[in-house]
Amino acid sequence: MSRDSNILLSIRDLTMMYGSRIGCQDVCFDLWPGEVLGIVGESGSGKSTLLNCISAQLEPSEGQVSYNTRIEGMKEVYQMSEPERRLLMRTDWAFVHQSPRDGLRMNVSAGANVGERLMAIGNRHYGDIRQSAENWLGKVEIESDRLDDLPSTFSGGMQQRLQIARNLVTGPRLVFMDEPTGGLDVSVQAKLLDLLRSLVRDLGLSVIIVTHDLAVARLLSNRLMVMQRGRIVEQGLTDQVLDDPQHAYTQLLVSSILQT
Amino acid sequence: MYVAVKGGERAIENAHKLLAEKRRGNPDIPEIKTDQIREQLTLSVSRVMAEGSLYDPDLASLAIKQARGDLIEAVFLMRAYRTTLPRFGYSLPIDTGTMQISRRISATYKDLPGGQVLGPTFDYTHRLLDFTLTANGEEPLEAESSSEGVDNTMPRVLDDLLNHEGLIQQEERVSDESHEPVGDLTRQPLEFPADRDIRLQNLSRGDEGFILSLGYSTQRGYARNHAFVGEIRYGSVDVEIAPEELDFPIHLGEIDITECENVNQFKGSKTAPPQFTRGYGLTFGQNERKAIAMALVDRALRDKEMGEEVTSPAQDEEFVLSHSDNIEATGFVEHIKLPHYVDFQSELELVRKMRREQAEQHPQRAAE
Amino acid sequence: MNYQQTEIPDYNFAYLDEQTKRMIRRALLKAVAIPGYQVPFAGREMPMPYGWGTGGVQVTAAVIGPEDTLKVIDQGSDDTTNAVSIRKFFARTAGVETTEKTADADIIQTRHRIPEHPLREDQILVYQVPIPEPLRFLEPRETETRKMHALEEYGLMHVKLYEDIARHGHIATTYAYPALINDRYMMDPSPIPKFDNPKMDMMPALQLFGAGREKRIYALPPYTKVKSLDFEDHPFVIQSWEDVCGLCGAKDTFLDEVILDDQGNRMFVCSDSDHCNERQAKGHRGPQNRDDSLTEEVAL
Repeated sequence: MSRDSNILLSIRDLTMMYGSRIGCQDVCFDLWPGEVLGIVGESGSGKSTLLNCISAQLEPSEGQVSYNTRIEGMKEVYQMSEPERRLLMRTDWAFVHQSPRDGLRMNVSAGANVGERLMAIGNRHYGDIRQSAENWLGKVEIESDRLDDLPSTFSGGMQQRLQIARNLVTGPRLVFMDEPTGGLDVSVQAKLLDLLRSLVRDLGLSVIIVTHDLAVARLLSNRLMVMQRGRIVEQGLTDQVLDDPQHAYTQLLVSSILQT
Repeated sequence: MYVAVKGGERAIENAHKLLAEKRRGNPDIPEIKTDQIREQLTLSVSRVMAEGSLYDPDLASLAIKQARGDLIEAVFLMRAYRTTLPRFGYSLPIDTGTMQISRRISATYKDLPGGQVLGPTFDYTHRLLDFTLTANGEEPLEAESSSEGVDNTMPRVLDDLLNHEGLIQQEERVSDESHEPVGDLTRQPLEFPADRDIRLQNLSRGDEGFILSLGYSTQRGYARNHAFVGEIRYGSVDVEIAPEELDFPIHLGEIDITECENVNQFKGSKTAPPQFTRGYGLTFGQNERKAIAMALVDRALRDKEMGEEVTSPAQDEEFVLSHSDNIEATGFVEHIKLPHYVDFQSELELVRKMRREQAEQHPQRAAE
Repeated sequence: MNYQQTEIPDYNFAYLDEQTKRMIRRALLKAVAIPGYQVPFAGREMPMPYGWGTGGVQVTAAVIGPEDTLKVIDQGSDDTTNAVSIRKFFARTAGVETTEKTADADIIQTRHRIPEHPLREDQILVYQVPIPEPLRFLEPRETETRKMHALEEYGLMHVKLYEDIARHGHIATTYAYPALINDRYMMDPSPIPKFDNPKMDMMPALQLFGAGREKRIYALPPYTKVKSLDFEDHPFVIQSWEDVCGLCGAKDTFLDEVILDDQGNRMFVCSDSDHCNERQAKGHRGPQNRDDSLTEEVAL
């Protein structure tokens, strides 16, 4: 119990089947506070399915997802009532989608996008909400005079930064990211990665990040899991896995990066 | 002195008188009789009965006359009358397999047991105005009736022919034992998600134009499902009721209906082998356009059951079922001509206030 | 129930059959038990079009008795055409007495206003509702909005108010202004001006809402808390006018603007015609209603 009480998220025997097809199978791991866990693998390897199962968006066929809640300690996410689960998802958790369009309301202003989570948890002071929104735009390097502009007038990189601000405004402890730099130019990617790295460090966030890009994984994550055909084939410290891959599939992944 | 506009009551009465006058038209022309409408505008009568959800050609004819030929208004009259009728019970399901057939065609087989029976159809007419009708000219020629007559025990294309090879999806049968009552939209509110019985009832009552356009949209790629008309039947069927006190059904009469069964392509899923699927349409009276379109939309709405992705309006249950009823639609669309002084006054104040504020913030622009 | 002979012998008292009335009463009881919650009911087709008060008419038909006196208003006034039509409908199908005086009515059916005259415990106010779902224009799907109500997820509504303030400096919703009922359900008060929202709060009369086309009934039992949505630093405020009623001189009523000519001249009069007449009978006069100066002022 004393050891477990530090664990933030615990995954046991997680399996997701689509009919007879495997989404992911027998996944077990723990996540510790402040830890950044990367999940890598090629497309179709089951990493997005796994992320959706863990983040309470897709109920798995089998297995448990337990989260160390602030008040009640470890609780199984899929045993929670729906209101409880949804509250968790919009307060203590955050989800950064690959496409900002999936994570933003495109028809309301940047300020309202950031303020929505605050209003959803009962903040009813316009001035305070606006102030927080402005502060968060600053943190993600968006000029404060864009506060009342629609996200559709933003560049792709700005939209992604806005999505991050919108997610972090309620001070979540756990952030899920699905290819957060996926749709961006290389130069914009680098800037966003820098920003993410400093936010994660400054706020002490725990992160599970799914990416097919090993460079992104190396830059952000402390620990790495490699997925192939729905299974975890190798895991360990990021540098260890990438510099000295043990599994044949990981070796192939790493060498294919080196060659290109 | 200013006096607010009064006399709504007198104005309404006058409007009603004017309406009656307009309906009658030129009094030198003989007044149209409802039995003329019933016998000579049968397709109007069909539509009014179908969307009015009440099978009564005499009342439908009266409604058409009273509505000055506005069919939606006539449907409205039928519905408002229907709602006051006591509900004695529900009939037994009609059996279209035993229909007295006037028309039966299939697009999937050239020749089939029972044959193609064209019956009364516009299908192969040339759409040329026939000026002899203006002159109330000739009596129509009598149609030749085949010496053999129509075989009324025709096999059904989908159930009896395609089903032999198991090529067509099995419909779930509401078993007689289950006593799960069939839904009735006129007695319970529409709720989502809706089961197929409710969807079919909604579509059958739905506006012909709306259903037609949705069906059309599926053919143009918005949820394309590659439909063929397996069979259309038009004719009369018996209606029977089985009162609880008796252990045999009582024959109430016959009604004319049009039934359409479509055959649609289906590639199969993880659990089901590739096979044909179905869409179903049924209307009172003769109305193939509506029945075919309904079958297209019914099939599109079965997306969830088939594990298909919802991408188009015709597959969107809430969208289709919430907007198909033309009495709801016409009422709400037309209600914006009712007075909205109070709301408008509030908006007027708001716009003035916002303009004032803007002028204060940008005095130059306002001055220009 | 007294089956009184009506003027249209083929129809039941108050048009609807007794089974239908019972069904509506059951929905009403449920609605009263859960203030602000929208109860689905099997709304019937009525002989007037959807959107013209079929919900209100069904509710009134379900609660009215032969001894009751009915008042019907539309836009606050008894003599607008739709109010006349609905009043006549009940006079014909129920044979009940009708009145234009708020104080004399047992049941008041209304579209878009609450009478200025405060209502009593023994009165019922029946609202005609076009769109009962306050979240509808933020989320068109019924399956979603039901979930939002169930889970009390109303943050999205505040996002809209936030956008109003960010864009205009104030909340730009002027009618059908949403309110939180009993600290639980978000409710659309029907398209009454926000001027009337405070009247709903702790009202002694029973308030019933009928949406015929959407087939929903909801209710506010007497003395229910009705809180119009706002922000702490942008509190809810009602409309006010610089002008007074041209006929009765009232300063505290909802005023309709009347265009007098094509030169831009206009005057303001109470939208509640009964209230205005009552004040005039007591000798109150507005600027356009003084016998001496009238012609001049109107011609301005």
